[in-house]
Amino acid sequence: MKTIIRNCKVLGSDKTELYIEDGKFAEAFDAASADEVIDVKGGTVLPGLVDMHVHFREPGYEYKETIATGSAAAARGGFTSVCTMPNTFPVCDNAAVVEGILKRAADAGLVRVYPIGAAGKNLESNELAEIGLMKEAGIVAISNDGKPIATSGFMRKVLEYSSDFDIPVLNHEEDLTISGGAMNEGEVSTSIGIRGCPTVAEDIMIARDIILSEYLDIPVHICHVSTKGGMRMIREAKARGVKVTCETCPHYFTLTDVTCENYDTNFKMHPPLREEEDRLAVIEAIKDGTVDCIVTDHAPHHQDDKDVEFSHALNGIVGLESSFALCYTYLVKPGIITMERLVELMCHNPSKILKLGRGGMNTGDDADLAVFDLDNEFTFDKNKMLTKGRNTPFDGWKLYGKTVLTIMGGKKTYEELC
Amino acid sequence: MGLKSKDLLGMKQLSAEEIMEILDTAKTMKMVVENGPKKTSHLQGKSVVTLFYENSTRTRLSFELASKYMGSTSANISASGSSVAKGESLLDTARTIDMMGTDIIVMRHPQSGAPHSIANKINASIVNAGDGMNEHPTQALLDMLTMYERFDKFEGKKIAICGDIYHSRVVRSNAIGLAKLGAKVSVYGPRTMMPIGIEKMGVTVADSVEDCVRDADAVMGLRVQLERMKSSLFPSVAEYARFYAITPEVLKLAKPDAFLMHPGPCNHGVELPTAVYDCDQSVINKQVTNGVAVRMAVLYLLMARRNNL
Ligand SMILES: [Zn+2]
Ligand SMILES: [Zn+2]
Repeated sequence: MKTIIRNCKVLGSDKTELYIEDGKFAEAFDAASADEVIDVKGGTVLPGLVDMHVHFREPGYEYKETIATGSAAAARGGFTSVCTMPNTFPVCDNAAVVEGILKRAADAGLVRVYPIGAAGKNLESNELAEIGLMKEAGIVAISNDGKPIATSGFMRKVLEYSSDFDIPVLNHEEDLTISGGAMNEGEVSTSIGIRGCPTVAEDIMIARDIILSEYLDIPVHICHVSTKGGMRMIREAKARGVKVTCETCPHYFTLTDVTCENYDTNFKMHPPLREEEDRLAVIEAIKDGTVDCIVTDHAPHHQDDKDVEFSHALNGIVGLESSFALCYTYLVKPGIITMERLVELMCHNPSKILKLGRGGMNTGDDADLAVFDLDNEFTFDKNKMLTKGRNTPFDGWKLYGKTVLTIMGGKKTYEELC
Repeated sequence: MGLKSKDLLGMKQLSAEEIMEILDTAKTMKMVVENGPKKTSHLQGKSVVTLFYENSTRTRLSFELASKYMGSTSANISASGSSVAKGESLLDTARTIDMMGTDIIVMRHPQSGAPHSIANKINASIVNAGDGMNEHPTQALLDMLTMYERFDKFEGKKIAICGDIYHSRVVRSNAIGLAKLGAKVSVYGPRTMMPIGIEKMGVTVADSVEDCVRDADAVMGLRVQLERMKSSLFPSVAEYARFYAITPEVLKLAKPDAFLMHPGPCNHGVELPTAVYDCDQSVINKQVTNGVAVRMAVLYLLMARRNNL
C-alpha cells in the first residue's frame, strides 16, 4: 500500500509532499505507483498526537463510551495514540482486562491504545495490583486515576514497586479529607451555594508526591494540574532536579469557575475549574516548560449522569475532538507558545514519559500523522462528535485547527477534506 | 581460645578470627553429631535455658540438642504459658533465670535489640537466637559453615541473597559476617522490601534476580511472608513467583558448582519452585545438621572463655 499526501505544510521542513509505504514514512516514489494520492489543500501536517490520559469506559460502562467510539473520537481529534485509564468495570488491575482492552482496540483499529493499569487492586489504596504481570500484558503506566492514592504509605509502596518494572506512576492529586465539593472553593461556590473543593486539596497531594519522588529518587507524573500552587511546586521541584513531570488539560487554560454559575454540569470535572489566577498560572507553566504534556482527561458520560442537580452530576467532560483546536487557538495563535512547543506537549513529551516511541516522521518511522486546517475558523459542534458523550463545555465555540486527516500506521483513520 | 565477649549478640560483635574459630570448632562438632556418641563433656556442669518470645521449631530444637549433646542441663521457657504472659518484663524474667544459676540464656525476641538490653545486666551469657529484624547470628554462622565446607576461603566469593531483604535478620547477619571474611554479597528483592541504605552495609543491590545470581558461588533464597501482600509489599504469589523467585533458569546463571541455601521454612512455589528446592544443587536439608554443629561450637566457645578468665 502506497500513499502520497500532497499539497501539505510540514512543520520544520519545506516539504509539500509526504510518502507512505507499507505503514511507514518512505522516500519519494513515482506518483503513478501510488494507491492513493490525498490532496490536503495546504493543511499542516504534524506527527500523530498522543493523549496520555483518556477514559474509554470499556469494559463495564459501554453506555458512556466504547473503545470503538472513543477510538473514532481520538482519530477525529488528530490523535494516533491514547492511553486509557483503568477505572473501568471490572477495574483494569490484572492482565486479563489489559488483554481484553487491547483486543477491542485492535478490532476498532483507529488509534493505538496503550492501557494504563491500576496501581492498587480495585483502585484502592490497600494492596498492590499485579503491576509486573500487567506490564507483560501491555500496560505502559500505572494510575488509580478517578481516585487519588489516599495515603503516603501506599504511594511510597507504589513508587517503589513500580520502579522494579521501570513503569511510570501517574497520580490524580486530591486529598479527599478536605476536598469533597462539586466545584472550586471560592467566591463563586460561595455565591451559588455549592460545596467547594479547594485548590489546596490538590496542592497538598502534589507536595506529598514531589517529596516522596525526591526521597526515593523515583519519577512521578502529576495528572491534570489545575492550580497556581501546584505549578509553582512542580517548577521548583524540577529546578532542584526532582524527577517530576506533569500534564494539564485545555479546560484549565480556557475556562474558570465563573462558568459554573448557571449550574451547567458540562463545566463540572475533577480537578474543578479554578479561578482566573490559576488559569493564568497554567498558561505561564505551559509557556515556561513546567508543563510537560497537554492531555484531555476525556471523560464521556451519558446524559442521564449529567442532566441532574449540579452536586449529583458525575465529574468529567469529553475532550478528544476539541483539544488540538483549543490549544492552537488559545496558545499558538496568540503567540504564547510555538507550534513546535505544542507538538512537544501533545506528542513528543507524553511519548517520552511513557516510552512509547511515537512522533517520528523520518523514513522508516510508523506513518502516524494528523493534518489540520489552521487558516479557517470553524464552529465546534457537539452533535458532530464521534464520542458517545455530549458533555462538552465548548459547543458553539469558534476555533481554528480543525482536523482534516488522520493517518495511523499508514491507515486513514479520519478524513474531512470536502 | 574462646570468644572475647560474654555474649553472642550478633555478627557485628564478632571479629573475623572469632568467626573462623567458631567455624573450625563447628567442623569438629559436626563429627560428633554425625558419628556419635552424641554425648560429650564440653558443657558438663553447665546449664542452658532457651527463652523464646517467638515461635520457632528448628532453631530452638537445634539449640536444645546442641546443649544436650554436650552434657549440659537445659530447660525451655516460652513466652506463652509463663510469667511473661502475666506481664512480667523482659529484664525481670531474665534476672530470675539468671539468679537460678543459669550459665547461658538462648533468647529469641520479636524486638530488635531485646537481648542487647539485658546482656550487661545479668551474669549469664546471652546468645541471640534472633531479635526482630536485627540479627540471627547462629543462622548466619550455619550458612557460613555450609559455605566453608565447600570453599576453603571466603575472599572474593560472590554470595547472592534473594527475597524479603527488609524484614530479614538472616540477611543482616550474613551480610555483616560475610563482609568480615571478604566475600561479596549481592542482594535482590522487591524494592518495597529493600531497606534504605543497605548498600552502606557493604552489600551490592542487584537490578534483577538474574543480575543477583549471575556468577554467584552460593545462592540463598529467603522466605517471603504471605501476609506482606496485605501491607502492599507485593501483589500476589503469581507475580512474586514470576519476577522474584529463584527458578531453575535463574539458578543456571550461577557458577556451575554453586549451591542453593534457604534458612527455612520455605514457601514452595513462591520464593523457590519445589523443583529447585529439591534439585541437586540444593543443600537446604544438609544445612540443618550444620545448625546443630554451629550452635554446639558457639555454646562451647562462650563457656571456654569463662573457663579461661
Ligand atoms: Zn483524575
Ligand atoms: Zn482522568
